[in-house]
Amino acid sequence: MILTQEQQDMLDGKYGKGTAYAMKIQVAIGESFDAERMVPITRAHVALSNQEADLWFCEKLLNEGAKCRVTPTVNPGFCLEFFKNRDMVAPEFADLMQRTHNAYKAIGAQLTYNCTPYIDTNVPNFGEITAFSESSATPYINAVWGARSNREGANSALCAAITGYVPEYGLLLDENRKGDILVEVQADMKNDYDYHILGMLGKKIGPGIPVFTGLPRETITKEALRNLGAELNTSGAYGMYHIEGFTPEAQTLEMAFGGKEPVRKVVLTNDDMAEILEEISLSGNRQIDFAMFGCPHFTLEEVKHIARRIEGKKLAKEMWILTSSHVKEMAVRMGLDEIIVRAGGCIVPDTCPDQPCWRHLAGKVGITESPKCAYYPQRRGIHFVIRDLDTCIEAALTGEVK
Amino acid sequence: MGKQFKCHKISEGVAEAEAVVSKDSIMFYLIDPATGVVIEKAHDLEGKSMANKILIFPGGKGSSVVQADGLYQLNAKGNSPAGMIIQNPETVLVSSAIIMEIPMVDKVDPAFYEEIKDGDRVRIDADHGYIEILS
Repeated sequence: MILTQEQQDMLDGKYGKGTAYAMKIQVAIGESFDAERMVPITRAHVALSNQEADLWFCEKLLNEGAKCRVTPTVNPGFCLEFFKNRDMVAPEFADLMQRTHNAYKAIGAQLTYNCTPYIDTNVPNFGEITAFSESSATPYINAVWGARSNREGANSALCAAITGYVPEYGLLLDENRKGDILVEVQADMKNDYDYHILGMLGKKIGPGIPVFTGLPRETITKEALRNLGAELNTSGAYGMYHIEGFTPEAQTLEMAFGGKEPVRKVVLTNDDMAEILEEISLSGNRQIDFAMFGCPHFTLEEVKHIARRIEGKKLAKEMWILTSSHVKEMAVRMGLDEIIVRAGGCIVPDTCPDQPCWRHLAGKVGITESPKCAYYPQRRGIHFVIRDLDTCIEAALTGEVK
Repeated sequence: MGKQFKCHKISEGVAEAEAVVSKDSIMFYLIDPATGVVIEKAHDLEGKSMANKILIFPGGKGSSVVQADGLYQLNAKGNSPAGMIIQNPETVLVSSAIIMEIPMVDKVDPAFYEEIKDGDRVRIDADHGYIEILS
């Protein structure tokens, strides 16, 4: 790889040891993908995870003097204030979150603690070169905004934020952004939830860049697109997709495939959707202990929808709605938070379902509309029934799902 | 002198150990850090240990944090693989191998895959771009 003088100086340590370490990692990544050069980025998003490796890596860079040149937004761990005040988190995990907070603050991150930066806190322009980790974020900014990022790891995105550059390979190059697989959706797509289930069909879609056809235009909302990307990367590994006639690099099928024939054609039906739901969800007809929404984080529209449904009623079970701090603040200002709290629910800012703050839910059965929400917390002993949002709200009101 | 095969460096370094071959992609989150044994259900290596071995597998899978966290935990217990030989590199796995300083190579001469079997002693020299089957 050919480096500019500035990039070489970074590698040689003239910008400090931490920056040299970040650059060394990026050069190694670039060389492994046969990148020819490094290109500047204007945005980054780091999938902070508040796990040991995450903290170790950030502290290592920080202790060697690294600082972010490009201010990255970050994913949520859990909201310290919220869970400490309610005595819901063990002291050693509160310490871990505090150290994570301190490290990312010191290294110069924007402490958004939000996993939907592409809607809420860090929205790129068409063609902008960025380094985005977080599995729902990379496909959203590539497919929907037409910005460019490889499927970065949390660690490689942090290195990019520090050096301000990424090696040029993969989805940064025109020729690698074209579709491979024609995915004809015959399943009935009615609402945002259906996109969650569609995204879980990664095994059937197979590796490559999918081009979706047959999605009704009026159902393609920002929430639907968020859900599709999140689940494509729960069931597989996708940095990019196209939707014919909707996403900017797929005005036509010819444009989406770059004039080439699809490598593969896949048809997705109602039966495929029913089959995958059976595989990933606990069975119905049971009592539930709680409802959880917001994996990825819920939007203000979704909060409003829930508030309308439960206004003046009493929930039989706990309801946790995870959002960005911005959406939480708007919900407070608009009176939605009050409606939800009166009914017995709770909007939680800055928090992820796969965190130690949910220890009181271990061994319990929840209900959620998100397969991703059901997938990761399994290792904490928390299991879910997966249903559409209105069915979940109904279950929280009655305490059971049919 | 054993048989040598050309390869391409991903993560620098030299390693020599026993080979363990997996047909399935690997997510290091689902390997027990205390033993190096793969705990993922229905995985090709389920119940087998890859601790301090040369791990030969197609590539990685999972979200943008799981490989680094898994390898970190294995490393902390002295049970990470000694070296890795892969076919499909992607950024999440590649960056984690580089950061955890585990030698990794790809683009191996196809003849290697016909020769190699579990238990062979293998040497990876990522820096000079070759693999050697010693016995």
